[in-house]
Amino acid sequence: MSRLAARFEELAKTGRKALIPFVTAGDPHPDFTVPLMHAMVKAGVDVIELGVPFSDPMADGPVIQRASERALAHKMSLRRTLEIATEFRKTDQETPVVLMGYLNPIEAMGYENFANAAQRADIDGVLTVDLPPEEGIECGALLKARGVDPIFLLAPNSTDERVEKMDAAGSGYIYYVSLKGVTGAGHLNIADVENKLQQIKAITKLPIAIGFGVKDAQTAKTIATIGDGVVIGSALISKIEANLDNLEQAGNNIIELLVSIRQALDS
Amino acid sequence: MTEKYNMPDERGHFGPYGGIFVAETLIPPIQELNAAYQHYLTDPEFIAELDADLKYYVGRPSPLYHAERWSRELGGAQIYLKREDLNHTGSHKINNTVGQALLAKRMGKTRIIAETGAGQHGVATATIAARLGLECVVYMGAVDVARQSLNVYRMKLLGATVVAVESGSKTLKDALNEALRDWVTNVDNTFYIIGTVAGPHPYPAMVRDFQAIIGREAKEQCFEATGRLPDALVACVGGGSNAIGLFYPFLEDKSVKMYGVEAAGDGVETGRHSAPLCAGRPGVLHGNRTYLMADDDGEIIETHSISAGLDYPGVGPEHAWLKDTGRATYVNITDTEALEGFYALTRMEGIIPALESSHAMAYTMKLAPTMRKDETIIINLSGRGDKDMQTMAKREGIEL
Repeated sequence: MSRLAARFEELAKTGRKALIPFVTAGDPHPDFTVPLMHAMVKAGVDVIELGVPFSDPMADGPVIQRASERALAHKMSLRRTLEIATEFRKTDQETPVVLMGYLNPIEAMGYENFANAAQRADIDGVLTVDLPPEEGIECGALLKARGVDPIFLLAPNSTDERVEKMDAAGSGYIYYVSLKGVTGAGHLNIADVENKLQQIKAITKLPIAIGFGVKDAQTAKTIATIGDGVVIGSALISKIEANLDNLEQAGNNIIELLVSIRQALDS
Repeated sequence: MTEKYNMPDERGHFGPYGGIFVAETLIPPIQELNAAYQHYLTDPEFIAELDADLKYYVGRPSPLYHAERWSRELGGAQIYLKREDLNHTGSHKINNTVGQALLAKRMGKTRIIAETGAGQHGVATATIAARLGLECVVYMGAVDVARQSLNVYRMKLLGATVVAVESGSKTLKDALNEALRDWVTNVDNTFYIIGTVAGPHPYPAMVRDFQAIIGREAKEQCFEATGRLPDALVACVGGGSNAIGLFYPFLEDKSVKMYGVEAAGDGVETGRHSAPLCAGRPGVLHGNRTYLMADDDGEIIETHSISAGLDYPGVGPEHAWLKDTGRATYVNITDTEALEGFYALTRMEGIIPALESSHAMAYTMKLAPTMRKDETIIINLSGRGDKDMQTMAKREGIEL
């Protein structure tokens, strides 16, 4: 069983919801990320989504765009993101790590080279925002053969047919994009998410993590009760952006927010 | 002699290129668009309305003009200009925006968005939106807003909202990113009019089909003027919509050579250029697989060109396919050479070309002398140079 499947099974058994932080690898500096990942695990996160910086992050709002720009200014790349994951894995063999990014860096590396590198770095899942399952057959098969879960998105306007497609093509979990918009947008509607999740859950048994637009502990709790986990990204990265001259403070503020969400989820 | 050409396949692939590479929220609107497009493509009423608009609103057919003096001066092939610069709004872009806007109207969309580089597509979109009474938002890189301020003003006059995009390199690719972000947020009421033969399927095929009127007319006009097919076609290539519009109806005519002219900026060898077909590599950006300007890590690199309309790191996937199959040849022209083309046409024929089209003029200055006097070249004069007056005056040290 994959590390992701095991983690979600264990959470389900204890009736807990997954807390999944998203941070961009190398933001604001390559040295910042590994210690932050360990600190987030201590704060009680269950899975880490590690953003691969990309020059043209079309599905992201301004906060994550700027995180990419800061990381790229330090020559971050897919290759160096894999190095960060490898470094993290040296002292944490438990926490699943999912790479989230765009297709072109993977195309540049080559699908097979990437799948091999992901396996070597002990990556658990890969979510490629601009790679729908129809175009992702080759890459998905290479990843699956190496025990890496290909993770797909579903959206508020996804039809039953799309849900079935993701159920067949994906593993690990499904990332439900809670609103029509970009990451960090401000118009999340809980009732809409609830209705949609009923439709999705009727079709797939895969765990559903919900993200986009989750900003605070209260929303996280409400969202998490609807699905199996909650992803929080822009709200964390905002803490980095607000403290670029004091990264210790940035780290502390991220952990503080995660701890408050963990408490809300478990209460 | 002819071989049937029927690209793309039903999922939008031109060989390994094209396809649909978008985030999941955009899949439903793309499916909806594709269904509508496939339906109206053969709908007699839609076609009649489009044809009438192209005739009475755009001013088609555009003339095929024999540039006799310039041909004599260059001493080789006879040069004919397909005068897309004479269209309403001053470029070929309106052929496509009229088509897509009629589609938007039939699909019940009330809001139009577009990206623009030089501003020609933005103006063409704002124009048709004004005529149809649709809300219009145009995304334009902040760098382009500064260098094409005349077109920004035109768009505003026409009632469009122009958003200056400050992210990334602040040029056309960033405008496209921002338009995609808008679309994903407003999918229910918004139609995204992409201006070039890029983006996810069906855009590359749809924009080509709307632009192919250029080549269909040119073919007929060439027969009228010379009694036979042309020997060569020349067009500038940024995203590649004017080039594909001219090339497409000739693809099965194997005797017709095709030259797509990319922007070499400071020179391809300097790395400061916008020539992905000549010096890029295959990859995925903005919804399709094509040749891109990217580094070894797959990050998109900044492009350089004197012409905002060619300043784009990708190119339509069909051009990638035509390059690989050898059906078309892709060459490049530097900023300096493009300026020579600009002045040559202006002074020899009294026609001021857009800086984009000037790249095609400059390549023709190299090509024509290598051909016989009884041979024919058709150049797509894709736009007029009015929008570039400020750029040119500034280069000459003149304050307007």
